[in-house]
Amino acid sequence: MAERTVAVLAGGLSHERDVSLRSGRRLSVALRDAGLTVQEWDTDSSLIGRLREQRPDAAVVALHGGEGENGSVQTVLEMFGVPFVGTHSQGCRRAWDKPIAKALVSGAGFTTPDWFVLPHSTFRELGAQSVLDAMVERLGLPLILKPDQGGSALGAQVVRDATELPAAMVGCFAYGDTVLAERYIDGTEVAVTVVEGSDGPQALPAVEIVPENGVYDYTARYTAGLTDFFTPARLDDGVEKAVGELAVGAHRTLGLRDISRTDAIVAADGTVHFLEVNSSPGLTETSTVPMAFEAAGTSLGKVFDELIGRAAARGN
Amino acid sequence: MSEPQVPDSQSAEPNLPEARPGTEPGSHTNLDPHVERYAARTAGMTASEIRALFAVASRPEVVSLAGGMPNLAALPLESLSQQMSELIAEDGLTALQYGSAHGVPALREQICEVMAMEGITGHPDDVVVTVGSQMALDMVTRLFCDPGDVVIAEGPSYVGALGSFAAYQAEVVHVAMDDDGLVPENLRSALAECEKAGKRVKFLYTIPNFHNPAGVTLAVDRRAEILEICRQYGVLVIEDNPYGLLAFDGQTYPALRSMDPDNVVYLGSFSKTFASGLRVGWVLAPHAVREKLVLASESATLCPPTLNQLVVSKYLTTHDWKGQIKTFRENYRERRDAMISSLEQYMPEGCSWTHPEGGFYVWLTVPEGVDAKAMLARAVTARVAYASGTGFYADGLGSRQMRLSYCYPTPERIREGVRRLAGVLESEMDLMRTFGSVTTRAVSGPQTPGPDTA
Repeated sequence: MAERTVAVLAGGLSHERDVSLRSGRRLSVALRDAGLTVQEWDTDSSLIGRLREQRPDAAVVALHGGEGENGSVQTVLEMFGVPFVGTHSQGCRRAWDKPIAKALVSGAGFTTPDWFVLPHSTFRELGAQSVLDAMVERLGLPLILKPDQGGSALGAQVVRDATELPAAMVGCFAYGDTVLAERYIDGTEVAVTVVEGSDGPQALPAVEIVPENGVYDYTARYTAGLTDFFTPARLDDGVEKAVGELAVGAHRTLGLRDISRTDAIVAADGTVHFLEVNSSPGLTETSTVPMAFEAAGTSLGKVFDELIGRAAARGN
Repeated sequence: MSEPQVPDSQSAEPNLPEARPGTEPGSHTNLDPHVERYAARTAGMTASEIRALFAVASRPEVVSLAGGMPNLAALPLESLSQQMSELIAEDGLTALQYGSAHGVPALREQICEVMAMEGITGHPDDVVVTVGSQMALDMVTRLFCDPGDVVIAEGPSYVGALGSFAAYQAEVVHVAMDDDGLVPENLRSALAECEKAGKRVKFLYTIPNFHNPAGVTLAVDRRAEILEICRQYGVLVIEDNPYGLLAFDGQTYPALRSMDPDNVVYLGSFSKTFASGLRVGWVLAPHAVREKLVLASESATLCPPTLNQLVVSKYLTTHDWKGQIKTFRENYRERRDAMISSLEQYMPEGCSWTHPEGGFYVWLTVPEGVDAKAMLARAVTARVAYASGTGFYADGLGSRQMRLSYCYPTPERIREGVRRLAGVLESEMDLMRTFGSVTTRAVSGPQTPGPDTA
């Protein structure tokens, strides 16, 4: 069989460009080691020309945030008939919007922390303090604020005291016009990778995340040494099973494809809470997905080589 | 017990730890087996969400007013290329060999001629060539500061200097400026307070001309007083002057070093007047300090790159370098004008900014209650970038300020960038009207862009 040419799409213009470039480079090296011919492309005005002229056998979307995760780049790949690894545009849109994903996963019978979604205009028009008061009344403290879209915990903040809320809101709204306020669940944070093979989507061993300062924020995510990871997570068998079922359930419910990573919290009583799912999970040196691969006895290059094969075989 | 792994003596490969120790099933890792070994001075060396936002600044869709890259487009590349070729052909075995840590003698003489333009009479023996003046900053701090010693610096101050001071665990006390630079009274009271608190102040670090990031220049009539105050309190002066020859009207100011040779260590650089990538800077220091600098330089780098020093030396000999600086000045003046006029046109009420007469930067103060650090994400979404003021303070101040650089983008791009920034500010002020004045949480790691950011 002729050697496959793969385009790894990384970079983009989102707030997570830096993370994406790291993911893209790491993946590219792993794929070259696996014997593939790899081109690394940024998603700029040259992309269309490259897709037309070079017609890679498949593309891998290693973009995070914005266009790379909201289905836009996937739509372009679909328009040009380029097979790609990862979720198609419609699934991306469902996963990208955290409140929609929470609603759908919750509707499928899984637990997710209570939440409210509000745009800035609601606070402006109704009066910020009264809305914030009601939010605290319903969700309690601490609570967590996140931009409704986006990753790497950018703009997210755990609010432990009501006086911190206005500043946290301002920090969050800098990343987008709508905020997701969620009840904070104290418990064990886990990331569960799902990979599709011939037997359908399978959950890999969960990675347990224990940030040194208690919050898995941008610094804790990307500074080696600031977070402890346990693989597989230190969970009872029953809970471990439930965590895997949640990840596969979220993957299926949202109609995701090839690979995804579900972030969840296991509360002290063993309840597994769905937080969010990533259709284009990070593949950097400090990301949890490569850890899950190793724990499953495989590797980044091997998994993506297989996924590329599947993508090329199914066409678009 | 298993034997410790012994590296094969025939192998050139070092005995590296496993790249990803302990990720086998059932394992625990923090991804850094060295985490317990780091020195205390690494505390601030973490990933930074602010720094990450600058990754988009290099993309053409984004107008970057964040970086500090000089605009090199006006350099005579063709003749430089020929010069490089001649240099290797004629002097290659010297150019490619170790040199002395002191620096190439001919270049040190030429450096004295450059400094004479600002009234400095220096001896070539008292010049130490460094890998950019950043290395000079590092060495001077190494020479003078023990952990806990105090460095007085303008508020705001150059982020690279703050990085060096942090690396040697010095405490920075900022002294406020006004439109005429460092305020003597503020300096006096800061020194008095330090004295009262029993703190050991080692030196004043100052950028007298076209300050980075503030854009202001120390008034000539304040210079003697600043020096006198430092003498009175027994404090050395570190004068950092990379922009002194870049006055838009061609004027030069008397260097502090020219007024007090014994108590001023002077840092100079060819980064803004010739080529930043060559990394050639220098220190002019009193004899005793210079001797230590040479030894410190040896232990840091053995010697500054000989080839680069010879390139600079040859350039100064064979090119109209003063004419080239004039061209740079004119380019920067045009850009400064574009920035100031667009700030006047677009900025909402409540903003104020400095009016630099040279150098690279405008320091913008945004309306009360707006947090420029938090706003950066919104700016990046709007395809404009700036450097948040917090990066230029060691004490958490600066959230109402930002540094706007006009050195690299074209005047048209500068206007577009300021227009976008004004829109971002309007949106942020809208948010502020909703939630009130806030200061968002401190974030870890560097908050200014890296040196290769446009």
